[in-house]
Amino acid sequence: MAGAAVLGRLGWRVASIADVRPETPRVKTIALDVPGWPGHRAGQHVDIRLTAEDGYRAERSYSIAAPEDGGRVELTVEEVDDGEVSPYLTAEARAGDELEIRGPVGGYFVWDSDYPGPILLVGGGSGVVPLMAMIRQRGAIHTTLVYSARTLEDVIYRDELERVAGGGLDVVVTLTRTQPDGWTGHSRRVDADLLAEVAPPPEQRPLAFVCGPTPFVEAVALALVDLGHDPGLVKTERFGPTGT
Amino acid sequence: MTVSDLVLDGNAAAGILHAVYGAEMTLAVGTCDACDTDGPVGAVRLYRSAGLVLRCPHCDAVLMKIVTAGERVWVDSRGLRTLELAVG
Amino acid sequence: MPPISRGFRGKRRDAPADRVPPGQYVTPDFPVLSAGPTPHRPIQEWDFTIVGEVDELHRWSWDAFQALPTETVTVDIHCVTRWSKLDTTWEGVSVDTLLDGIETEAEYATAFCDGGYTTNLPLEDLTDGKAWVANTYEGEPLDPEHGGPARLLVPHLYFWKSAKWVRGLRLTATDEPGFWESNGYHLYGDPWREQRYWGD
Repeated sequence: MAGAAVLGRLGWRVASIADVRPETPRVKTIALDVPGWPGHRAGQHVDIRLTAEDGYRAERSYSIAAPEDGGRVELTVEEVDDGEVSPYLTAEARAGDELEIRGPVGGYFVWDSDYPGPILLVGGGSGVVPLMAMIRQRGAIHTTLVYSARTLEDVIYRDELERVAGGGLDVVVTLTRTQPDGWTGHSRRVDADLLAEVAPPPEQRPLAFVCGPTPFVEAVALALVDLGHDPGLVKTERFGPTGT
Repeated sequence: MTVSDLVLDGNAAAGILHAVYGAEMTLAVGTCDACDTDGPVGAVRLYRSAGLVLRCPHCDAVLMKIVTAGERVWVDSRGLRTLELAVG
Repeated sequence: MPPISRGFRGKRRDAPADRVPPGQYVTPDFPVLSAGPTPHRPIQEWDFTIVGEVDELHRWSWDAFQALPTETVTVDIHCVTRWSKLDTTWEGVSVDTLLDGIETEAEYATAFCDGGYTTNLPLEDLTDGKAWVANTYEGEPLDPEHGGPARLLVPHLYFWKSAKWVRGLRLTATDEPGFWESNGYHLYGDPWREQRYWGD
C-alpha cells in the first residue's frame, strides 16, 4: 500500500443535500454537494454531523458509495429502527438541507489498485456500501462479491450488480431470511462452506474486504482464516449491531 | 444487545484520529505495550462509551482513550508503545 | 456558526426541567455503553473488598454479600453522553452498610472492577445513603451487559461513576483520577453543575 497522503488538519465542512433517491424500502442514497471536496478513494467514509435548532448535535459515520464526481459525495444510508440520524437522512432530509461533513477518512479499509491478486469483497446488509464503491472503480481486477441480504427486496444496487456482473466480476448473493419462488441462488449464512465454494482459494492470496454488522464481520473473518487465508489479507470494517 | 455486538474497529476512529494527528492513522502500525503484538490501527477493537477506547485485538489491553468535548480532545496513548506511519 | 440541519430533532423526549440536569435528554432506552469487553467472572470467584487506608482488608464473598441487608431505590441516572433515564429501580447493599465499623482517615475512594475500570470519588459521596452496590435492576438480576453481577450505583453523580462489574473500594488519602478522570473527565462529576470535563 502506498504511503498515506498527509492532508493536513481535518475539519468539518458544510455540505448540502443535492438529491435523495431510494435503493430499497429501507435504504436511500443521499447525494451531497461539498464545495472544496478534495476527492476520495473507494472504501473511505465520512463523518456526518447534524445540529438541531437548539444546538443539540449528533454524529455518525457513513461509507462513501461511489467514485468522486465533481465535488459530489454519495452516501447510501439504511434506516435503523429507532435510530436517531438515519431516520432523518432517509425520511426527512431533502434537497437544499445542510449538514456538516468531515472527510474523507480511512486508509486501512481502502481499495488498493496495486494489489497483484484477486479481490474478495464480503458484505452483510449495508456493509455492501463501501464494497460497491470499490466495484464501481475496480477496472480489470478480478473481483468476487459475496453479499448477504435478508430478502431480494433488501439487495441494494441490485439492478446495477446484475448489469455489471461477469467479465471479471463474480457476484454471489445469498438471501438469508426469505427467497422468491424459483430462487436458484444461495440461502445460507456466509460461512466457511459458502466461502470455500465461491471465493478465490487461499493459494491465490486474495485481498479480502469484509464489511457489515459486527457479528457478521467477525464470523466471516474467522471463517476465512479457518479456510487458510492469511489474516493479514483480511481487512474488516464493523458497522455495529444493525443490519442483516 | 451485547457489548460484543456493539464493538467496532479502528476505522470508526479514522475521522477523529485524522483530526487530532493531522494525518491518516488507520494504516499506522501500533505496537501494544502490554503484549508486544503489532498491527494496523484500523484493525484494533474500538469501544464507545464516555469516550472511545481502542483495545489490542490480541490481549484487550487499552491502547488509546479519546475523549472529545466540542473542540477539545484528550488522547491517552500510553498503551501504544510505538506508532509507525508514513509521512509525506 | 454551524449550519442547522432543518427538521433534525434527534430522539429526545420532553421531561420536567427539575428532573433533567442541564444539557441532558431523557431516553426510554437503557443504552449499553462499555469501555471494554463484558467480564464474566464466575460467581464463586467474585468478592468485594475494601482495601487501602484501612486497619485491615475487609472482604465479602458472593454468599456473604447476598446475606447483607439491601435497599430498593428508585433514582434518576444521568450519563455524561447526555442521556438521562428517570425512575430506574435498583436493589443493592448500601455502601454505608459495607463501611459500617470500618475506621479510616481516608477522604477518597477508588472503585475498582473486573476488566480494569476505575473511578474515584470523595468518601462522603459514597456515604449517608448516597451510594449502593447494586445487583438487581427493575426486579431482575443485573445483566452482565449493564454491570452484573454487581455495580456501584451513585446516582447523584454522572453515571460513569457508577462503575460496572465493581469488585471493591480502595480508600485513599488523596483523590486519584480513575479511568476517565485521568483523560479529560471531571474529577467530581456533578450533573447539576454540568461538571463533565476538566475545567468545567
